[in-house]
Amino acid sequence: MNSDATYSRPPESHERESAGRYSLLRLLREGLGGQRGWSRAWHKAEPRPRYRVVIVGGGGHGLATAYYLAREFGIRDVAVVERGPIGLGNVGRNTTIIRSNYFRPENIRFYDYSLRLWQSLERELNFNAMVSQRGTLNLFHTESQRDLFTRRANQMRLLGVDAEAVGRDSLRELVPLIDLDNGRYPVLGGFLQRRGGTVRHDAVAWGYARAASALGVDIIEHCEVTGIRRDGARVSGVETTRGAIMADTVCLAVAGHSSQLAAMVDLPLPIETHVLQAFVTESVKPVLDVVLTYGAGHFYVSQSDRGGLVYGGATDGYNSYGQRGTLPMAEEVAAAALTVMPSLARLKVVRQWGGVVDMSMDGSPIISRTPIDGLLLNGGWCYGGFKAIPAGGMTTAHLIATGNPHPLAAHLSLDRFASGRTVDERGLGPFPYAH
Amino acid sequence: MLRINCPWCGLRDEIEFRYRGDAQAQRPAASAGPNAFTAYVYERSNRRDWHIEWWLHVGGCRRLLKIERHTLTHEIRAVADNAEQS
Ligand SMILES: Cc1cc2nc3c(=O)[nH]c(=O)nc-3n(C[C@H](O)[C@H](O)[C@H](O)COP(=O)(O)OP(=O)(O)OC[C@H]3O[C@@H](n4cnc5c(N)ncnc54)[C@H](O)[C@@H]3O)c2cc1C
Ligand SMILES: [Zn+2]
Repeated sequence: MNSDATYSRPPESHERESAGRYSLLRLLREGLGGQRGWSRAWHKAEPRPRYRVVIVGGGGHGLATAYYLAREFGIRDVAVVERGPIGLGNVGRNTTIIRSNYFRPENIRFYDYSLRLWQSLERELNFNAMVSQRGTLNLFHTESQRDLFTRRANQMRLLGVDAEAVGRDSLRELVPLIDLDNGRYPVLGGFLQRRGGTVRHDAVAWGYARAASALGVDIIEHCEVTGIRRDGARVSGVETTRGAIMADTVCLAVAGHSSQLAAMVDLPLPIETHVLQAFVTESVKPVLDVVLTYGAGHFYVSQSDRGGLVYGGATDGYNSYGQRGTLPMAEEVAAAALTVMPSLARLKVVRQWGGVVDMSMDGSPIISRTPIDGLLLNGGWCYGGFKAIPAGGMTTAHLIATGNPHPLAAHLSLDRFASGRTVDERGLGPFPYAH
Repeated sequence: MLRINCPWCGLRDEIEFRYRGDAQAQRPAASAGPNAFTAYVYERSNRRDWHIEWWLHVGGCRRLLKIERHTLTHEIRAVADNAEQS
């Protein structure tokens, strides 16, 4: 690895137009001063010819990785290269749910690490991300589903992670809107993870960007990576729409576009890109204070602070790069919603959108080296990578800085497919349309 | 909503069909070795382009169809019964 002297000097943090600390006092002062004292939250950087680390993709994982590289490992000669404005990918399109109620022990440990990082994130970033641990509640509708959920909850509790069974009487109190005795799939009970909840998704991108930028990371928007440079078996940089940028390490964090970036170095990935939709209803008074998932069909819902019910279901079911979504799934999700919460029929859906998600062949993410030296991959997040942003960023930064996988993410390496160590939560096999 | 022109049943709505994945993956010879099988089972071209894929007409003739569809625009330009082409 080259010595630091060969790099152009990254700007010191105090040279940056940064916003200073946010506080109640500052809020009061700016309020009295007509809100004119605020400056940009992060510095809009121009690309320099060379960096120690280039991260492709200004989504949650790319920005978090950059932040932890600077903060935890002192590596500040870092650029995050984003083809559009930051935060308009899946980090700004998801339904904001965080939780760690997984089944596989290695997944529980990884996602619970993320949940613990969420709990202290706002203080650490000095940014209000509206982390709300309102609880995630999974309903079950059959005896075998009860067994399955019980097994998962026991697995979690063995690892010290909270999970509790909720009977029908408590359910009635917790979420009065549920039609427990609905004619199609009566509800037998539920499992609650109280530490689960929601986080304001955009604020996660902004908070990490601001904190990374203040530590010297260059966030370069409107800069699309069009090629990956190699020097023999090693990566040497990227081609972009704003010229070549050289780097010792290139980390791909492009979610739904992982296969396209990897194809630039002829690397086929165990990933398919599918579209996942989300929906928001008109605002109503508070009616739901947990995140609720229906167990007999594709529907989950939470209520945003603005009052809209934010809901979603499953992927549309076939490969797609179209960031929209089609009507059959919209109808299927609505039908499931009305089965379990018939009163929602009175609400108008005011917004709908889709995001292209990187469905891995076993349903688990990939944080890994690749066969090309210096080229790393953070991807395969499927429909669940938002909750993983703090842990994903931290463990990816660890991999970049030390060259070795973080112990909590060692099971997420790319070679697990060839060696038969896939991490398939539900044992569904290599069929992304079924995950 | 996709509309798929089934060679047996005519133009039908997407909801009658089930997606069955990338039709380009070719099962290697039994002696091809683990790398070839890893590629067959797990690696996908995942193109943002024309894509050849399987769709099962579950709500119709129950034949497996091979379809060429664009993964960005969702336009379908070819549909054939699996038995017709090999
Ligand atoms: C509708 C929906 C609901 C979801 N709900 C949840 C949920 O409730 N909980 C949860 O945990 N997860 C959820 N997810 C999944 C989660 O949003 C994603 O797994 C996660 O955000 C992906 O990581 P990211 O934030 O880094 O991706 P992104 O924000 O997509 O970042 C990737 C970035 O790479 C950029 N990029 C792509 N190609 C290039 C290029 N060539 N050059 C430069 N930049 C490039 C893109 O523009 C993009 O900004 C949901 C996803 C969707 C779509
Ligand atoms: Zn047919």
